[in-house]
Amino acid sequence: MADPRLKSALEGVYEGFNKGRIAAAADTDAWEAQRDRGRAIKEHTIVNLDYYLEMLADNVEKNGGNVFFARDSAEANRYVLEIAAQRGVQTVIKSKSMVSEETQLNHALEGAGVEAVETDLGEYIIQLAGEAPYHIIAPAIHKSKDEVSTLLAERSGGRRLEDAAELTMQAREQLRGAFRRADMSVTGVNFAVAESGSIVLVTNEGNGRMATSAPRIHVAAMGMEKVVPSIADLSTFLRILIRSATGQRISSYVTMVNGPRRSDDEDGPEEFHLIVIDNGRSKLLADPHLREALYCIRCGACMNACPVYRKVGGHSYGWVYPGPIGAVITPVLTGIDEGKDLPFASTLCGACREACPVRIDLPRMLLELRAQAVESSGGKPAGLMWRGWRAGLTRRAAFDGGSRVGRWLLRPITRGGWTRRLPFPLGGWTTSRDFLAPAAASFVSRFNRSNRNKSR
Amino acid sequence: MSEASSPEGRPKRVSLFATCLVDQFYPEVGESVVRVLGRLGVEVEVPAKQTCCGQPAYNSGYWDDARAVATRFLDVFDGDGPVVVPSGSCGAMVKHHYAALFRDDPKQLGRSKELGKRLFEFSEFVVDVLGRSGAIGRNGGAITYHPCCHLLRELGVDGQPRALLDGIDGAEIRPLGRADVCCGFGGTFAVKMADISTAMLDEKLDNVEATGAKTLVAGDAGCIMHMAGGLRRRGSPVRVTHLAEYLDESMANAEAGPR
Repeated sequence: MADPRLKSALEGVYEGFNKGRIAAAADTDAWEAQRDRGRAIKEHTIVNLDYYLEMLADNVEKNGGNVFFARDSAEANRYVLEIAAQRGVQTVIKSKSMVSEETQLNHALEGAGVEAVETDLGEYIIQLAGEAPYHIIAPAIHKSKDEVSTLLAERSGGRRLEDAAELTMQAREQLRGAFRRADMSVTGVNFAVAESGSIVLVTNEGNGRMATSAPRIHVAAMGMEKVVPSIADLSTFLRILIRSATGQRISSYVTMVNGPRRSDDEDGPEEFHLIVIDNGRSKLLADPHLREALYCIRCGACMNACPVYRKVGGHSYGWVYPGPIGAVITPVLTGIDEGKDLPFASTLCGACREACPVRIDLPRMLLELRAQAVESSGGKPAGLMWRGWRAGLTRRAAFDGGSRVGRWLLRPITRGGWTRRLPFPLGGWTTSRDFLAPAAASFVSRFNRSNRNKSR
Repeated sequence: MSEASSPEGRPKRVSLFATCLVDQFYPEVGESVVRVLGRLGVEVEVPAKQTCCGQPAYNSGYWDDARAVATRFLDVFDGDGPVVVPSGSCGAMVKHHYAALFRDDPKQLGRSKELGKRLFEFSEFVVDVLGRSGAIGRNGGAITYHPCCHLLRELGVDGQPRALLDGIDGAEIRPLGRADVCCGFGGTFAVKMADISTAMLDEKLDNVEATGAKTLVAGDAGCIMHMAGGLRRRGSPVRVTHLAEYLDESMANAEAGPR
């Protein structure tokens, strides 16, 4: 938070992506209606998820591909490792896939002695640095040119370059080697179209297209919520995804894959595998109050708009997905205790809900998760305080009595109506703000007194 | 007994829910609401047993405790006349969040929906229900307006306070940079996550001070307390005031006759 470079990177996210989204929305016909349509499609698809996943699987198989449903990370990674072992794969190239960050596929591959190389430039940089993505669509946004220069020079064993264009060329050369070596690619999936069995990748660098066509085996990994019913639905989502993500009207590349190479195709992979991953998503699906988290199309608009993300940065969320959507899905998908604090790290300002192209009510779900966290903790230890609060607010006399006690307690530390230092557990307030002392008499008592005087 | 509404169907009597923060910290804001509505021909009744809408416990995850306080709120404001609240946040609690709180209690859910329909945020009531905007008062100096998040994004009330400020002769309204970004209050968030809250507040106050305005107007006591506490710690001369107070002052100026 204090690092000026991180601060400027996060300002860039806000000024670039967030303002870009607002400008693109203002420039798009029937933008609000398209958001409504996107949301309606998601509502329908998620309620009928089993139906559309089955349709998708049937059509992928008809196109000559294989489909595997993975319950969790371990199952997904095992499937990839088995194919790699059976086909003698030495090198896997990856094109940006958040779900493979969830499953930590790179670690699994490396553990099995298979080289894994990220080919999205940002992902490549954080892979070299051994870090997690800082942002879902701009994973290395926090890395300075200087750091990138060092990372790339260490990799090539050559000299450090300074110019951004030269650095890009250097990364490109390093990645070319990996593209040539690779027998297998693992890519993400932005959308999977049930009616055609196609998977769709939205990128700006072209690495996704190369990864889906150059190696002889292509494995696509998707979270199970990524299915959309039809090509017509896809066009709605492409429109709202890209504008919401970067403010572009269309990305440099939109790649559609319809399975392995056919006999009359000149190139393309010999094998195509689609892994549909649950990894905790069923828990979201089963909870009617949290289900809409599965409408997310991973555009990043919520984090771009979030004032908390802008202050704490992407690595403060502890897992794969930062920002408001991360604060909602991390505690559910991981079930770890650390994620339980995330729903509390919000002012509930609603900027995320306003930004979300499919109008996911993220603040509402943060509130649900807070209630669930309290319930699972048995309400301790703050529960006692809230019991007292409740007792004080369900009777007016107790309310007035409580505020008299509060005033009396604060009196010795109040000067000119303000307190500079509150005691535990309220001390956080006065680290940076004075605290207003309660008024000598409440509004209700003042109002009653003046009304009595009037009627006298 | 006077009629409950004017011949044009405008209410002549309302109940005021002051909110716990106005009741305990900013009684003058409640008094301003009473005077402003009085000048507009509306008599204000203040149910003496009112306390809080339950939002603090609700936002903290203690829904049982919130429900107890919210149920009492429904009892205190039982009736059929309009309820005015000088807070977007407490208004949104009743209008939107009671639905979640009472989802397993059809009786209270029904009561909360009914109350939600006749509950209005202060500026919303003046502009949309009373139909007042345009020339409404007089004031001097430069002001800026911070749209509090729940008023802006939960209730969608933004044009109303701005229209009221526009109707004040002599007030120079300076645009606030990043106006729609949260001040970092967030209730207990300001205490529990004090570092993040402070970083957000600093950005807000830098933008406020950059306008050069001497008065910051806002519509929610929590945000006002937060921003005022931060400005005071900075030693800034900028005064923070509730829209109702600023309107009250401006209407009084106009009544006092020409400058």
